[in-house]
Amino acid sequence: MNATNAPACWSCGGTVEGMFCLSCGALQPPEQQDAFARFGLAPDFALDVPALEKQYFALQRRMHPDRFAARLPKEREYSLQHAANLNDAFQLLKSPVRRAEYLLALKGKPMRGSGEETVDDPEVLMRAMEMRESLAEAETRAAVEAIAADARREADEVMRDLSAAFASNSLGAAGRLTLRLKYLDKFLDDARERRGRVAA
Amino acid sequence: MTLLQIHEPGQTPLPHAKRALAVGIDLGTTNSLVAVSENQQPLVLKDAAGHGLVPSVVLYQAGSIQVGDLARAALKDHPDRVVVSIKRLMGRGAEDVMRVSDTLPYELDTTTGGMVRVKVGGRVLTPVEVSGHILQELRARAERTSGREVRQAVITVPAHFDDAARNATKDAAKLAGLQVLRLVNEPTAAALAYGLDKGAEGTYAIYDLGGGTFDVSVLRLEMGVFQVLASGGHVQLGGDDFDRVVAEQFLAERTRMVGSEKLGPAEIKQALAVARTAREHLTHHETGSWPLDLGGRITWHSLDQASLNTLIAPKVEETLAIARGVLDDAKLEAGDLHGIVLVGGATRTPLVRRRVGEFFGRAPLTDIDPDEVVALGAALQAEALTRGSDALLLDVTPLSLGLETMGGLVEKVVPRNTTIPVAIAQEFTTYQDGQAAMAIHVVQGERELVDENRSLARFELHGIPPMTAGAARIRVLFAVDADGLLTVTAEEVTTGTRQEVAVKPSYGLSETELTAMLRASLDHAQNDMAERVLREARVDGERLLLAVDAALKADADLLSPDERREIDSQCELLRRANAGADRSAILDASDALNKATEAFASRRMDRGIQSALRGVAVNTLAERVEGAESGPNGRQGH
Repeated sequence: MNATNAPACWSCGGTVEGMFCLSCGALQPPEQQDAFARFGLAPDFALDVPALEKQYFALQRRMHPDRFAARLPKEREYSLQHAANLNDAFQLLKSPVRRAEYLLALKGKPMRGSGEETVDDPEVLMRAMEMRESLAEAETRAAVEAIAADARREADEVMRDLSAAFASNSLGAAGRLTLRLKYLDKFLDDARERRGRVAA
Repeated sequence: MTLLQIHEPGQTPLPHAKRALAVGIDLGTTNSLVAVSENQQPLVLKDAAGHGLVPSVVLYQAGSIQVGDLARAALKDHPDRVVVSIKRLMGRGAEDVMRVSDTLPYELDTTTGGMVRVKVGGRVLTPVEVSGHILQELRARAERTSGREVRQAVITVPAHFDDAARNATKDAAKLAGLQVLRLVNEPTAAALAYGLDKGAEGTYAIYDLGGGTFDVSVLRLEMGVFQVLASGGHVQLGGDDFDRVVAEQFLAERTRMVGSEKLGPAEIKQALAVARTAREHLTHHETGSWPLDLGGRITWHSLDQASLNTLIAPKVEETLAIARGVLDDAKLEAGDLHGIVLVGGATRTPLVRRRVGEFFGRAPLTDIDPDEVVALGAALQAEALTRGSDALLLDVTPLSLGLETMGGLVEKVVPRNTTIPVAIAQEFTTYQDGQAAMAIHVVQGERELVDENRSLARFELHGIPPMTAGAARIRVLFAVDADGLLTVTAEEVTTGTRQEVAVKPSYGLSETELTAMLRASLDHAQNDMAERVLREARVDGERLLLAVDAALKADADLLSPDERREIDSQCELLRRANAGADRSAILDASDALNKATEAFASRRMDRGIQSALRGVAVNTLAERVEGAESGPNGRQGH
């Protein structure tokens, strides 16, 4: 089970490379890894999401239970675990907010239980309230889109700042930025829903 | 050498020597289909009359079970012996069903708790058994058409089917002797058929309105990856509901005409059947009128398309509201889609086509027959799972899974639209000092309160060491496999005390129930098997008679009058045996006829060789032999 220097295949005792046995081709049990390592990445906030997705599909093509429907029960079980791990890791890394929270936790500065954090910067608070108000008042698709575009620009800025904060290991700043990003994310969801409901 | 040994290579029927076949099955509320795929070319298996749809209707008579057209035809005269729309009851508890509707076309057995049971033709059956009978018929059809053994299947289920209904479907397959390779969601199967057959790429919505269920899924199709982004639906919304509002209208009219009558499940089934005829007629006609014959009293009812639209409009709008929610979940708008695919017989309804087109702002795709597309996709997946494939199917769990917490609230552990397979753990703690056990109640659904969700299972974790409230760490792991089935494990982390349940009990069958049913169905299968070998013997006997007949027409001059009499009398004996039901008599008579014709066959061989040497083309001989082999036409050879 443990990742030792020379893991042996559970099925034939042969040499293992990656997830498969070189001798018999059997799928090996998954290891304990962080979400980044599952895709061969170092933990970092900056991430090329389309490239991650390609890698995710490529790995799932090899690990998914559909590939092992006709194989031994043990391999089917391992494939299920691999696929579940990959799904979980991909969903986590794909979302900038979840990725930032995960990184903070990996670095030993987890944010408190989700949803309970508060923003204490009065300027940020004021800005948030203004945005909410204008969204509630927007009655046309174009108006909603303009507001959403502003929020998206702001989110892009926050993400750049987050990358920088993580790069310089400024975890306090990273925590505050993550909170802002989380708020903007939610705001964009609401804006999209609103857009679907107002008249063209 | 006997006559029968002259076979064309490859023509010899050897069903058992061939590879077993994995099929795709669309087990529908109204109709079911079975399809197979080879080299990514899926094909719906049809009966002799060319019908691919098998009505999901079962007729129960003393000593016999009939599935399909015959059973549907019997609905008119023996509604009490016929079960329709059984899929609506899959995975449902008795109380559950009573609450849903009071005008159900089933007579329910209320004496037992747990899984609902229907009373029909003097039997009491679970929906699992009835579905098992339908699957058995589909399996038999596949074996008849392919001449191969069928033991494995991909079976489709509504995306919105909950855990209990999925388990019930798997159990039904077990009763029919089928190993389920995978349960695939119906809209996903449809997308698979479109993606592989029509080369669709981009983001698509699948709008699937069947007889009893509605699903809508949004998928991304890209370079062989079929990724479900979001899925939603309603398990009690479909063409059946259109029929119900029409039937209610007809029955209300009838009451005005003849006064109130007492209507039982049998009469409701008849009224629904008439409503269905009316609705289907109005798909292609502006207006019509239909007789309703209940208890010998006939009333006539007319309806036009506009009135039908008014009746069903609320149901159609309900589907669009669900579609909007799914788009929200996928974080998309209608305009972001590259296409919308219609699936399910009820999407033929003109109002549905029009409103779906308006809602999504584009004309829906119907390139593949909406009745067949799900079965075709299932067949493709069956091939992929048994022979391998480059395509990758990533589906989601349609409903949130969670646990009951304090105050009857639900803590969601796996949110809906999470890609499966998935394993998510959550930690809980004790709320009392020294608490030694914790009740785990697993629920499925979107509501905040436990009572409004589906209860899937309850179990207890014992042996928690005495600690102060809040100190114990109970880790509950939810694992959903690729079939969408849930297993829950609970573990006290500090001591490692474990408890595991494959979620099943609440409305499922117990192991003992299933075993008993399995035994009963095996007895049944033995009957089926006996019937099958008898038929095979008859076919072989018939074939031999035809071959002898053709040979006699060609070369009767090779026989002495005695020999000819012997052959004629053996033919007559075989003919008589073939008309009976005694397999060994048929086999004996066939053997006797083979013996009686041995000398004749070798003389024909000699003559054939000699005439070949005399310059008669060998293929004339071959044609003669082939003609004799190929059935009735062979008689005209000479």
